[in-house]
Amino acid sequence: MIEIHGLTKRYGDRTVVDDVSFACRPGTVTGFLGPNGAGKSTTLRMICGLTPPSAGTATVAGRPYRDLPNPGRRVGVLLDASAHHPGRKGRETLILSAMTIGADQSRVPELLDLVGLDATAGRKRVRAYSLGMRQRLGIAMALVGDPEVLILDEPANGLDPEGIAWMRRLLRGFADRGGTVLLSSHLLTEVEALADRIVVIRSGRIVADGDKDTLLAGTGTLVRAQDLDRLRRALRDGGLEPAPTADGALLVSASLEDVARLAAAAGVVPTELRAANGNRLEQLFFNLVDPAVGATS
Amino acid sequence: MTTVESSLRLRLESAGRAPSLPRLTLVELRKFLDTRAGLWLLVAIGLVSAAVIVVTLIWTPDEDQFLGGYFADSILVLSLLLPVLGILLVTGEWNHRAALTTFALVPKRGRVSVAKIAAGGAAGLGATVVSLGLASAATGVAAISGGADWSIRWSHVASAALLLVLSVLMGIAFGMALLNSALAIVVYFFLPTIWAVLGSAIPALRTAAEWLDTGQTMPALFAPDVTAGSWARLAASVAVWVALPLAIGLLRVGRREVS
Repeated sequence: MIEIHGLTKRYGDRTVVDDVSFACRPGTVTGFLGPNGAGKSTTLRMICGLTPPSAGTATVAGRPYRDLPNPGRRVGVLLDASAHHPGRKGRETLILSAMTIGADQSRVPELLDLVGLDATAGRKRVRAYSLGMRQRLGIAMALVGDPEVLILDEPANGLDPEGIAWMRRLLRGFADRGGTVLLSSHLLTEVEALADRIVVIRSGRIVADGDKDTLLAGTGTLVRAQDLDRLRRALRDGGLEPAPTADGALLVSASLEDVARLAAAAGVVPTELRAANGNRLEQLFFNLVDPAVGATS
Repeated sequence: MTTVESSLRLRLESAGRAPSLPRLTLVELRKFLDTRAGLWLLVAIGLVSAAVIVVTLIWTPDEDQFLGGYFADSILVLSLLLPVLGILLVTGEWNHRAALTTFALVPKRGRVSVAKIAAGGAAGLGATVVSLGLASAATGVAAISGGADWSIRWSHVASAALLLVLSVLMGIAFGMALLNSALAIVVYFFLPTIWAVLGSAIPALRTAAEWLDTGQTMPALFAPDVTAGSWARLAASVAVWVALPLAIGLLRVGRREVS
């Protein structure tokens, strides 16, 4: 369980995270989505007690993170896959974490195996690791205390497609066994495939928060016409907010019927009219995060 | 209660307790050894101490060949090099953002700092023992070639241990106050030296230097007569060069945002 209320971070007069609230329940995966610089990492660091918030509170497993007596046994954290001493061997890095929190060190080889790092990789120094290997080591570090909550910042970064599929299965299994997962990403497809719940952040503010299915249901209707400007005017006059897609269609949060009726009333012939699907979340994401991209096309 | 139940109970108990200071200190001691840079620094420190003893063994006149003499030589070298170990123990975390991992596991940062200080103290004592071992080996070698003089003043051994512990702590203090390896090493070597030069060059500063230059107050422990004044001067210099940066460092480490 993770609960955050009104979390805010200001640096001087710049507000990086602005009144962010949401909760992550056991048994679910929450995708924390936003473009680079939206405040995702700062929010996660505040949850983990590494960055003091300017306002607001965050609790993990019922307590502020810094008040957990031995947080490594309750919460697995991966904030930066590269945040290890490069001169230390992968296996040794994991042993140090296990030692610190009093976790069973005999599980270390098993954990390395679980994240797909073999004995040879474990004996290499972290300096020689690719980003993908560092992510795998980071996930092993997060799992070493057998936690009930996972907080992962961009865990899919640097993983190949096979690695991403592996991580998806791992996190899904973790949540299905009753664990709570909060992971951030700017890779939309990654979150769409995995998350039960999606929180979208933009310029430090939450712009969407809900069940994945509910959010995606709101993506509505895709419509295309030769006279796109007239269609857009017709839809706007009808009180809708059409958002252009990258390939020259319009995306409208309305039913097929409403869109068809408005088009017909304006005498516009749609060349395509269907329920939006495909990269649904991507459209949602761009609509929410950067409406300016659509407005000029 | 079955074995499974008792092991589960044990697991839950250890899960609920904060990592103990001895445990954290062991982790910090392990960090001295488990990186290539740390290991080589230790090997280099050992080799240089041994080399200095060998030089003494070969080129120093016979009347200076004795256990206490070899020991004093190696301590001199160790007191110069061990602080670097202390600096790196602290700054290594921040240079590589490893602090992000460390403080996620132990959010009470003061405990990590105390563990580092304890590990530094242990390293200082360990170095004293190693130094004594090297000096004994040298005396053994001297015995083969004729005269072996096993004399040593045990008060000097105690003073040496104190000196080495203080040197490592001074390194840790500079590391914590500056949180950057290169900067801390440069400042550590230059600031006290500049102070020593100024102290000896400017007459008005001479009295202050007697109290605040560790280059004067620390060797005073090895003088024939160690007076209450020597201890007072040592305490004053330690307050300025160890306690003050340590206090600043503890505050900085406690407050600094890890990113």
